Amino acid sequence: MAVVERGQGSVVLSKLEWLVNWSRKSSMWPFGFGLACCALEMIATAGGSRFDIARFGMEVFRPSPRQADLMIVAGTVTRKMLPVVLRLYEQMADPKWVIAMGACASTGGVFDTYAVVQGIDQYLPVDVYIPGCPPRPEALLHGILRLHEMVLKGQARGTSLRG
Amino acid sequence: MGEEHIAVRKVQEALPDAIQSIGTFRDETWIVVARDRLLDVCKFLKEDPELAFDFLSFVCGVDYYPSQPRFEVVYQLYSTKHHHRFRVKTKVPEDDPKVPSVVTIWPTADWHERETYDLFGIEFQGHPDLRRILLPADWVGHPLRKDYPLRGPERSS
Repeated sequence: MAVVERGQGSVVLSKLEWLVNWSRKSSMWPFGFGLACCALEMIATAGGSRFDIARFGMEVFRPSPRQADLMIVAGTVTRKMLPVVLRLYEQMADPKWVIAMGACASTGGVFDTYAVVQGIDQYLPVDVYIPGCPPRPEALLHGILRLHEMVLKGQARGTSLRG
Repeated sequence: MGEEHIAVRKVQEALPDAIQSIGTFRDETWIVVARDRLLDVCKFLKEDPELAFDFLSFVCGVDYYPSQPRFEVVYQLYSTKHHHRFRVKTKVPEDDPKVPSVVTIWPTADWHERETYDLFGIEFQGHPDLRRILLPADWVGHPLRKDYPLRGPERSS
């Protein structure tokens, strides 16, 4: 949402943009799919009362990409799985964000081989990288909160068209 | 070594010219047979009532690059009747990597042979549906060959 005119109206527009960003970050629904061991940490973060992602308005892990806002690439992306991951990302409606969870999704991790994609950021616009092998749920929550912060500040636009 | 194994003795009696060599290691015995005698030997091992190797537990390839013959296909056998094990190997040259399929003897060989074809490029003649099973269908090359670059052809360094 752009500020088209300077003057009195711009205050209202910037407030409106803040409101939109606030509502987006406050009900960001993750897409419930995992690729490797990171997925189990993601499930622990999402499903259990111990870490309780519901505190951040995110307990609704959607089983369909059509209803999801956030793709957490949780695990090793193999070359064979890559077309599936890309298809699912394309099926998500804008605005959408991507978190590369763990060493494998970020860089390929220890799997420096022909079979593994060396970082999903070669194919998807990643907003937040979370290190760890796998990251603890606290680390995932930290990454998600960082993404919330970026969305609220307008630093992560959440579109697949990057300028 | 290894001649005391019942399967070796029986194969020696029934198909005396089929065995190229016999080996044993830690009480596990194997025979190496020529490619053109593989089906005869396998059929005998399965059908002989004293052997009754009714279960093919695994098929795999081995790449001995740069030795010749370069490849080997290994068949791990088990008898659910007698509870004994046996191993059959056959050598495969690099310029003609073909082996007769044992799917007609043990149907379970279907996917094992597809895997060996996928990763080693060994062609199993007579296989009902020989195509890649693990790698994407459009993959180029056979990654378990020793001369395949670990990081893939486009990133080899």
